[in-house]
Amino acid sequence: MNRVVVTGVGVVSPVGNTRDEFWSALVDGRSGIGPFENIPTDRLVCKIAAEVRNFDPKDHLESKQLGLMDRFAVFAVLAARNAVKDSGITFDEETALDTATIIGTGVGGQNTIDDSYLRLYGQNSSKVHPFTVPRLMPNAAASHVTMDLKLRGPTFSIVSACSSGTHAIGTAFHMVRSGQAPVALAGGSEACITVGGVKTWEALRVLATEACRPFSKGRNGLVLGEGAAMLVLETRDSAIARGAPIYCEITGFGMTADAADITSPDAFGAGRAIKAALRDARIDPGSIDYVNAHGTGTTINDKTETQVLKDVFGEHARKLAISSNKAVLGHSLGAAGALEAVATAMTLKEQIAPPTANYLEPDPECDLDVVPNTARKMPIRAAISNSFAFGGLNAVLAFAKH
Amino acid sequence: MNMLDEVKGIIAKQVEVPLDQLTAETRLADIGIESLDVIEIVFALEEKFDISIPFNANESAAEAFETIGAVADAVQKLVDAKAA
Repeated sequence: MNRVVVTGVGVVSPVGNTRDEFWSALVDGRSGIGPFENIPTDRLVCKIAAEVRNFDPKDHLESKQLGLMDRFAVFAVLAARNAVKDSGITFDEETALDTATIIGTGVGGQNTIDDSYLRLYGQNSSKVHPFTVPRLMPNAAASHVTMDLKLRGPTFSIVSACSSGTHAIGTAFHMVRSGQAPVALAGGSEACITVGGVKTWEALRVLATEACRPFSKGRNGLVLGEGAAMLVLETRDSAIARGAPIYCEITGFGMTADAADITSPDAFGAGRAIKAALRDARIDPGSIDYVNAHGTGTTINDKTETQVLKDVFGEHARKLAISSNKAVLGHSLGAAGALEAVATAMTLKEQIAPPTANYLEPDPECDLDVVPNTARKMPIRAAISNSFAFGGLNAVLAFAKH
Repeated sequence: MNMLDEVKGIIAKQVEVPLDQLTAETRLADIGIESLDVIEIVFALEEKFDISIPFNANESAAEAFETIGAVADAVQKLVDAKAA
């Protein structure tokens, strides 16, 4: 089996569209959450989100190409271009024929769905745009990345709500490890912040009112985010042979279903996913130093995740540095796991645990070390990144320092 | 129909409990009402009375929804405020 490493990362995020802007905001705990700027708010109860701001797709793509794309596909293409550029990889014809492109998304073309329903039901039009179908289909992001970069290997989208990005990277990791694909582009993309999209989340009564405060006392919900992240995965041998920069190694992937509640997390299912990832990585739980938590900022996720870590790691749970990026990035559903995988890769490369920002005071039900508000320089040998999705679908990646 | 009966009707339908077993003192948790049920009940009440109930599943505002009588009082207040 091949060893698999990350050699490139690319992001489109609420805190910037370059790796360095993204990472410095995470390390400084500088939140991308704020009042809505991109959509009308007159009918919204929710007032805040982590939007990708000051972003004009025309700066990056030709109008002919753009006419076929929803915002979530644009995000994915830009993140993929940046990841490839970052890795320095060039695709010769043979490699391109085998390179995998696996992209997670929660909802696909939400902007397209909103726009077409507005015309039909709001404006009483009897027609929608002819490209409505190709724009909204959840596989559009993956397809556009292949067309943009001329990659012709195994390609599909993964839809598992808030675990989509993690499932995509994990699947790509297994494909490179087994030799099915020499290189993979993997990640997630989401552009769910529309009036219709926010309304559906308001209806579930889980949105925070003024900030996302993972693991903190006084947290009162999640904040929606958007963006994309893509990673270049390749074999360690090929990365070393071409002198590529190596962020970290991906060592394991675990996934489970709770088969319990459609929205509430389940400690048993989540714990089994972590154990499966550690087993896949053949790593001793005691050598994990850092956990990139799912940490949504809802009352129930954060207390359940704390319990899960105690169940899996026992006494060692108290030695883990644990942080959630969602106070800074919001919750970008299908992109979240991918943005957090990039954050975890940077964490291992820089040997810095980014903080859990917006932290107010300890909650007795979340009593592990969540690196409150201040980043920590520390030795990090290995890490995991958790994603626990609606629908009870859990995905966990294991990483190691390279 | 008074507010208590309205609320009882909506809750009985939601959790399929016989109406005559519900009183103002009945605790929602005791009749098997889970978090998603509460969200649906809140929505049904909002639709019925054309009001907005500021309910966040993450907060202990859930306390205001501990018993059927408390739910009826909270809804009555919002209906009165709307009429005022």
